[in-house]
Amino acid sequence: MPDPLFVFIAALTLGACCLLVASRNPVTSAMGMILALVGIAAEFFLLDAYFLGVLQVLVYAGAVMVLFLFIIMLLDVQPPGGAYPWKRALAGGAAFLLLSAAAFALLAPEGSLAKAAGPTPPELAANPESYATAAKAFGRSLYTKYMLPLQMAGLLLLLALVGVVTLAKAPKSAD
Amino acid sequence: MEALLLDLLRSPELPYVAARGLVLIGAVMTIAGYSVLLERKASAWIQGRVGPNRTTTPFLAWIPLLGSFLRLGGFIQPAADGGKFLFKEDPIPAHVNKPYYVLAPVIALAPALAVLAMIPLSALPDGTPLALCPGADVGVLLMFAVSSLGVYGIALGGWASNSKFPFLGAVRGSAQLISYELAMGLSVLPVFLLTSAPGVDDGLNLATIVAGQEGMWNIVRQPLAALVFLVCIFAETNRHPFDMPESETDLVGGFHTEYGAFKFGLFFVAEYGHMVIGSSLFILMFLGGWQLPFVETAAWGALGTVAGLAIFGAKLAAFLFFFVWVRWTIPRFRYDQVMRLGWNVLLPLAVANLVLTFLVLAVAG
Repeated sequence: MPDPLFVFIAALTLGACCLLVASRNPVTSAMGMILALVGIAAEFFLLDAYFLGVLQVLVYAGAVMVLFLFIIMLLDVQPPGGAYPWKRALAGGAAFLLLSAAAFALLAPEGSLAKAAGPTPPELAANPESYATAAKAFGRSLYTKYMLPLQMAGLLLLLALVGVVTLAKAPKSAD
Repeated sequence: MEALLLDLLRSPELPYVAARGLVLIGAVMTIAGYSVLLERKASAWIQGRVGPNRTTTPFLAWIPLLGSFLRLGGFIQPAADGGKFLFKEDPIPAHVNKPYYVLAPVIALAPALAVLAMIPLSALPDGTPLALCPGADVGVLLMFAVSSLGVYGIALGGWASNSKFPFLGAVRGSAQLISYELAMGLSVLPVFLLTSAPGVDDGLNLATIVAGQEGMWNIVRQPLAALVFLVCIFAETNRHPFDMPESETDLVGGFHTEYGAFKFGLFFVAEYGHMVIGSSLFILMFLGGWQLPFVETAAWGALGTVAGLAIFGAKLAAFLFFFVWVRWTIPRFRYDQVMRLGWNVLLPLAVANLVLTFLVLAVAG
């Protein structure tokens, strides 16, 4: 029997996700997304991964989603009129369920999911908790063992930033 | 007795948790009520008025000296204000988006209450922090994270009101909060750098940060960080001179124009709750928390805990007065000035201070 708190939070998160994809009101979708992100942070807390949970709330729920909501409100996006497209929504949901079930069936047997994730680093195997809970241990492993992925992620973000600046710059020929 | 007190503070049993919650809500409502009184009295003194001095109750008024003292000091005014909010008619305008309109005040208040439970107020005789809900070792980040959710109350309240002035207030408010969150986060990083010296494992715990200020407060070691953080908490709490979401002279009442009675009261309490959070964070990170220089309260046992609580309370009261004092002294910024200050002044200052601290630590440490 799983932890009742886990079941409650998981149900809440999944419900919020359904709200996010099914709602026609963009503000409701954004609220659903915020609730889902906070729910995932709560699951991190249940796993004792406090640092990850806090970052999840701080970065996504507290900052990124504020921008989302800000843009939605500023542009005053109206929900589309007409009847709700039940058939399309149900077909989309069914297709998604089928795909994930197929992926699960392909990857789950014989621990192939764990194989795909690569071998467990020895420090992590020796003391699995310190990586998840203490911010300092987390930072140390991030800046030593996982330095290359971290730099790649940083480069990706920089590229996105440059791309946005290029796109947002008004073309000179327009005026 | 001591065992019962410790149980009351630490036990995960439901009755104890409920008791802690009730204590917290009672304390927050009281502090908010008396902060409003402080605001009204202080503004009156600054403007050469007397402030609230009429409210009284039958029985109290008959006590010879105390009765008139309570009446003239306005000490019963918060109870009257609270009662008014509770018993007023609570209309919901016809043009609002009802679910979000009702939800917004709750979303504004709930994060503030959650964060207030995590604030360590003093140190227990065994050295652990005294807090209603002792946080994890990432305490500071958790407080920043949860209190940043309060912006949804303002954003949703203004949007769901479905009229122009609240909407403008909400948009201004969320833009301001996003802008100043960056500078605020960067400004406290040097403090974490100083605290998390080699060998210290929970450098993000507020109790560790307070313990690290024994002897010298962080405001002396990091004056620039303290200044940037101070300006940012004024902006994050939407207090003057940064009260863009409200700015009653150009936006009627800002994001809460369409709210009345108890829903408005919740927004009001949330604002004072955020003031208490901001002040507490500043006191804990820069003003030595529950310590006084040259006084070893940690050696006094249980008395030290009480003394620490009193010191923290006194610092908090002084800081809340500072909030009020600034509000009635400095005029409101224009919106573009707010944005320019945040992005062109505070953010570069915070980054420069961070790099400077890096260099100093690398050379000297």
